[in-house]
Amino acid sequence: MADVPIDIEYVSRLARIELSTEEARRFSSQFSRLFEFIAELQALDVSQIDATAQVIPLRNVLRDDVVTLCLSREAALENAPDTEGPYFKTPRILD
Amino acid sequence: MKTGHEIADAIASKRLSALEAAEAALANAQSLEGELHAYIRLTPERARAQARAIDARLKQGERLGPLAGVPVAVKDIFCVSGEITTAGSKILENFRAPYSATVVRKLDEAGAVIIGKTNMDEFAMGSSCENSAFFKTRNPWDTTRVPGGSSGGSASTVGAGTVPIGLGTDTGGSIREPAAFCNIVGVKPTYGRVSRYGMIAFASSLDQAGPMTADVRDAAQTLAVIAGHDPMDSTSVDVPVDDYVSALRSDLRGTRVGIVTEFEEQIGRSDPALAALYKAAYADLQRLGAQLVDVALPHARYGLATYYLIAPAECSSNLARYDGARYGLRVEGDGDVYSMFERTRAAGFGDEVKRRIILGTYALSAGYYDAYYVRAQKIRTLIKRDFDEAFARCDVIACPAVSCPAFELGAKTQDPVAMYLMDYFTIPMSLAGVPALSVPAGYVSGLPVGLQIVAPAFEESRMLGVAHAYEQATRHAWAQTPRVAQRAGSAS
Amino acid sequence: MSGQTGVQTEESYEAVIGLEVHVELSTQSKMFCGCRNEFGAQPNTLVCPVCLGMPGTLPVVNRRAVEFLCKTGLALGCTVAARSKFDRKNYFYPDMPKNYQISQYDMPLTTGGAVQLPSGRLVRLNRIHLEEDTGKNIHAGASMAASDHTLIDYNRAGVPLMEIVTEPDLSTPEQAEEYLGQLKIVLSYLGVSDVKMHEGSLRCDANVSIRLTGETRLGTKAEVKNMNSFRSVVRALHFEIERQQAAVRNGERIVQETRNWDETRGVTYSTRSKEQAHDYRYFPDPDLVPLTIEPSTIERWRLEMPELPLAKRARFVRDLGLSDYEAGILTEERSTADFFEAVAAAAKEPKQAANWMLGDVRRCLEKHSLTLASSPMKPQQLADLILSVTSGKVSGKVAKEICEVVVAEGADPLAVIEQRGLAQVTDAGAIKQIVADVLARNGDSVASYKSGKVKALEFLVGQVMKASRGKANIEIVRAMLLEQLG
Repeated sequence: MADVPIDIEYVSRLARIELSTEEARRFSSQFSRLFEFIAELQALDVSQIDATAQVIPLRNVLRDDVVTLCLSREAALENAPDTEGPYFKTPRILD
Repeated sequence: MKTGHEIADAIASKRLSALEAAEAALANAQSLEGELHAYIRLTPERARAQARAIDARLKQGERLGPLAGVPVAVKDIFCVSGEITTAGSKILENFRAPYSATVVRKLDEAGAVIIGKTNMDEFAMGSSCENSAFFKTRNPWDTTRVPGGSSGGSASTVGAGTVPIGLGTDTGGSIREPAAFCNIVGVKPTYGRVSRYGMIAFASSLDQAGPMTADVRDAAQTLAVIAGHDPMDSTSVDVPVDDYVSALRSDLRGTRVGIVTEFEEQIGRSDPALAALYKAAYADLQRLGAQLVDVALPHARYGLATYYLIAPAECSSNLARYDGARYGLRVEGDGDVYSMFERTRAAGFGDEVKRRIILGTYALSAGYYDAYYVRAQKIRTLIKRDFDEAFARCDVIACPAVSCPAFELGAKTQDPVAMYLMDYFTIPMSLAGVPALSVPAGYVSGLPVGLQIVAPAFEESRMLGVAHAYEQATRHAWAQTPRVAQRAGSAS
Repeated sequence: MSGQTGVQTEESYEAVIGLEVHVELSTQSKMFCGCRNEFGAQPNTLVCPVCLGMPGTLPVVNRRAVEFLCKTGLALGCTVAARSKFDRKNYFYPDMPKNYQISQYDMPLTTGGAVQLPSGRLVRLNRIHLEEDTGKNIHAGASMAASDHTLIDYNRAGVPLMEIVTEPDLSTPEQAEEYLGQLKIVLSYLGVSDVKMHEGSLRCDANVSIRLTGETRLGTKAEVKNMNSFRSVVRALHFEIERQQAAVRNGERIVQETRNWDETRGVTYSTRSKEQAHDYRYFPDPDLVPLTIEPSTIERWRLEMPELPLAKRARFVRDLGLSDYEAGILTEERSTADFFEAVAAAAKEPKQAANWMLGDVRRCLEKHSLTLASSPMKPQQLADLILSVTSGKVSGKVAKEICEVVVAEGADPLAVIEQRGLAQVTDAGAIKQIVADVLARNGDSVASYKSGKVKALEFLVGQVMKASRGKANIEIVRAMLLEQLG
């Protein structure tokens, strides 16, 4: 079993997902086998290789600066779990 | 299984109305749902309205396109305006899409009749449909077995003969693997061939929508309808769409078919019956006139690890928007917005999604980005190069789509990596962005498996042409009938 | 410096300031979608599935935003990148619909460049990059801390934002204000933004540190945010510099942190440190493709650019004979400069045009709470007014009176002169008659003048003007009186 280097508590906070201790432990052990495969990648020499961020060779895909139809406010708010008047509403922000 | 082109013909020649076809499909879907659980939601009102409109236009004497009146099912990953679209997740279980995906609009414009949204692994993450937040879809060949995933619902309903055409998505094999398991044709187009606008994103640089159909002709026809440049998708390519149907062939003279050394070694290590089946498939290709050539994909073995760094990284970012603020599920936290985010996402995402978000967040995080994400993208370059070099020596590649036929529900849920290995043969094509399909190739212990045909970028015509010749010569899909369809007496 | 007991005050400190200015570009539509880009609309009426971050949506780059940024770069002497791309900046915040912001990380559209301050300092730029703006949080209750919920308007989400980053080349709050002023002028000249700080289309954050005077290494910096006007920037920077100086003199360490400016209390206060927020996990946005900018495109943009403020100012001095001071004020805003040039050209009197615009026109505008833009006056009308004086049609005094109605109502000066019968009388015969009458009636003034009282002449001039109801040409009157008085 490979060592799983992930600090799951830190990462889950970055990802804004509340994990129980049990979940964190379970995921960690589940990652172990995957990290064996991932470790194999480290052995390859990629020093002269460019990363492929995109398999298509497109460049300069741009749109003209024209206004198109928006959503009505009703449609925009339709799925909102909570609203107040014309606004989306969430619990307060604690810095 | 009745094909889409047969139904379209019947409708065009007035032997069948679009409404009749739609009602038959809806009734069939309903009757099989108890066993298959293929649909998250049927859309009968929409279907009937669409079908009536088609019938009215036909009555006026209008000549409609080749999909007019054909009932289709779409994976619940595609936004359909006014309909609940869940991506198989609790976090979107009440999300009503305010717009339609481009591919949905194209199907609508072509006159296809969408009868429902099919089940899927949550956010397209999975290979068995067991990760759906709602229920597990069954394989029509054996309802104790999975239909494959993530496009399991579409595979199951097309495999059962309810509809001839389904739309799925493929990121690492999610069209091809379930197509192989359910004895249908499943096509992953070249990356950029089909618009992703309106398709709920999993891994942006890998996701592609594609047809899952009764036969290759239907796949070619559907692809012709949904492919094409979309100004709403910056990654969709402005390359003319071929007339795929006219490219369908009956023999393979002059075609060089690459057999992948590494893959043959891999399949040789699994079930001997499966290995023999694929050998027989290659022999069939030869009999049709193809010349078999050995090719190598030396970096394909790194595909799994590469994919499971890139896809989770992209998805960790793509799924950040699901936070309970603007739409979808909200679970209150401790009174502040961050704890609301955290509780909502904890409650709304299943285990596999959480795992991949954690993995992806980690792979992008400070100090690890170069070692994991960038390195994976570089290995991706090597894998793509392998394909470029292979295609210098052959016209298409033929290889297994799967390493085993459909497994039993629960068989691979204990170890995520066991599940990930289901995509061993399909991941490299996704990483390279090349088109690939699965076509029925026979049966192992009574269960269907599929042969994968791969072509260079934008050579779908070539790929479909080869698949068609193979399909017509072997007709594996018609050799047996799925148990579910037999019981329901619905093989029409 | 104020002699704190027991504390060494030998050392003097200098401040080091770098500014990050966010500018909302005045494109028609948003950065990545076709929603209207407009300030002040009803909440959540300028939104679509893309800028709301709904499932399945994708961004497409607005070409005019790229053009506006590159032209800004060209105007400020920056290098436009041959290759550029967009990256995702990942963090969670309720005003961020996707919980990532599409921005640029390691390949911004421009690098380098500089802004020359009128006081002499050259402020080097590090980079200018393109990104999307966030929505707006409105906190119910008196403050963020007091409210129990947050209301969000996403109209602003997705508006194109240009971020201009300086090197830490500023050393006083006043220089910072100058810098902002220069930026504002250039950006409004280019027409790429309406640069209204009070509307949020120009926003400024500062990185402030101090060090011993003459030291070359940088001290620990604090980031200061929430300064909503030029004046706030000056006040906030003064406060922060003094705060840091006092802290250091007190033996305290400066903490690297973010501090908000509180306009009411006049202080900066620390916002809770957001350690995690700094791991933005930048990676190239896979939904977008890179940009490659050809030299020919850059050339075309260069040719399309308007004359820039400093060049125009120099030209006004050199070719139109204005003083640097006059040119400076007239070139502060492009619309003013354009108006001035139109007047100068129509009247062929640049100096007069400048005098009028900086004098009576400005006064009339202020009196009626108008701006040049909101006044209905056209350049030709001011030109006509000027010509009516230089041609002697009306006296300067009369013209001043007409000015007000021209400025406030856009009245045609020639029509007004006609209607009100304001034309000067220049007919020598008529004036001669009036002069003769006045002299006849004012014998003692005549005598007074002849005995050496020069003032008496002015009295007589006044009488003639009165008799002519102000219409006589005053120069002619004076000349004739002198002639007749001998």
